[in-house]
Amino acid sequence: MVVPVLILLGVVFVYPTSIFLLRAFTHFNPPQVAGLDNLVWFLGDETNRIILVRTFTVASMCAVLTAIVAFPYAYCMTVIGPRGRTIMLGVLLLSMFLGILLRNFAWVILLQYQGPLNDILDAIGLDRIRFLGTAPAVVMGMMHILFPFMVLPLYSVLNGIDRRLVLAAQSMGATPMRAFRQVYLPLAMPGIIAGALLVFVLALGFFITPALLGSPRQALMSQLMFLQFDLQAAFGRAGAMAIVLLIIAMVFVILSNIVQRRSRAYGDAS
Amino acid sequence: MDEEKPTSLFARRLLVVTVTLTALWLILPLLVIVPISFSGENSFAFPPRTWTLQRYVDLAQPMWIGALINSLVIASLVAVGASFLGTLTSFAITRSTSRLIVIVRALVLAPQVVPIIIVGLGIYLVFLRLDLNGSYVGFVLAHTVLALPFVVIPVAATLQTFDRDLERASASLGAGPIATFIQVTFPIIRPALLSGTFLAFLSSFDELVLALFLQSPSLVTLPVLLYRRMTDTIDPTVAAVATIQLLFVTTCMIIALFLQRRKDSNDQAPAAET
Repeated sequence: MVVPVLILLGVVFVYPTSIFLLRAFTHFNPPQVAGLDNLVWFLGDETNRIILVRTFTVASMCAVLTAIVAFPYAYCMTVIGPRGRTIMLGVLLLSMFLGILLRNFAWVILLQYQGPLNDILDAIGLDRIRFLGTAPAVVMGMMHILFPFMVLPLYSVLNGIDRRLVLAAQSMGATPMRAFRQVYLPLAMPGIIAGALLVFVLALGFFITPALLGSPRQALMSQLMFLQFDLQAAFGRAGAMAIVLLIIAMVFVILSNIVQRRSRAYGDAS
Repeated sequence: MDEEKPTSLFARRLLVVTVTLTALWLILPLLVIVPISFSGENSFAFPPRTWTLQRYVDLAQPMWIGALINSLVIASLVAVGASFLGTLTSFAITRSTSRLIVIVRALVLAPQVVPIIIVGLGIYLVFLRLDLNGSYVGFVLAHTVLALPFVVIPVAATLQTFDRDLERASASLGAGPIATFIQVTFPIIRPALLSGTFLAFLSSFDELVLALFLQSPSLVTLPVLLYRRMTDTIDPTVAAVATIQLLFVTTCMIIALFLQRRKDSNDQAPAAET
């Protein structure tokens, strides 16, 4: 039953991605073997290293900030009545359904120099800020898109937490704050980590948002890859970047798995 | 669930305020697009100083109509293809006893997680050789791969909780496998399949990055055209398209909500009688 799907995935995903990644080891003219030249080129260039670090900073910022904003939202979805939950889910879906491009477009309007946000800053006596073309603008645009990817896994974990445990802690004398910190938060942790990791990995690959809200001077990895392709069809260089990006993303996924397993083992032992 | 006492009124109020602000943050930015679509200026200045309906008239140009038709055709084919293949895969994932099925599951989900630019560059290379760049076939194949998870995740989840005794009962009462599928299995997975198909359609309709690689002068999709009109020129017609899409999506959601409520009350009605 899976044969047609496997053929499709093979032809349109596995094979293309692999030959593209393998291009990293060839020169501009494919038969010519370049060995690690492209990787050396990428890691040897300071601008490239800055872009790599920037990409990871932006992705981490997105993961942390989205987790902070999403936690109350997801928590509220577990305590509110069914009608309220439908509305909260509706708000989430409505923003999702408009599409990445148009939501970013909305942020272009909001953040432009003569835009509403700057008008507000102006009205309360602050200076206008050039948001567009900066990393903070990119983070703002990306958070808006990644928010549902944080809320949904988080909600499914929070919904499974037996909140009588928190009540039990309180009845044994814990303050609400302490009961939350020592009972609820550790139980919520797997959801927070899963959501933040998903957001982080997705954020690493964002292309449209940095292209619209960022600038070439504040480029992220995806833009750099696209430029290598667009300007000089340097598939080798783009491939080398893709390999670096994938390896680091995988390291993060594995690390967080280890951390999660550790904390679970620790939780069992205590 | 509701036996929890209010830990403190303050905490509860804080939660309500935070969540309301978050909801506004999700929705309000979308609404700034609407006035821009009536802007009489060739800029995205907000609020506009002069007003016009010209943007909506401009949408009747062949350029926009053509891109819209391309997007609709591709997204419809993707929705059909992804729902068919996705259903097959969901059955395989939930019913196979092979250990390799874990790999299939990971493979289906992978294209959503691997940076899209990597997938795009790879597909460009391969489709160049197969002469699929700038063709409907190329678009539909590439978008179907991206759309599969939207069908597989909900349908596989439904099948996982599915009581297979229902199928056995149907079989023992003499129904063939096909009759069992049509009369028993399909109605159960239908809601998941429908929402999956809808999301698959939407994911293709909205897809830009692969489209940037696959497009050709003769085959441009709506997101590609919108992207160009945002970056190469500053064209408020983009806002008109966004406003129409916003209206359409909102209407769809209200209808869905309405249908859901009616279905809920229908479901409850017999229960109330007994």
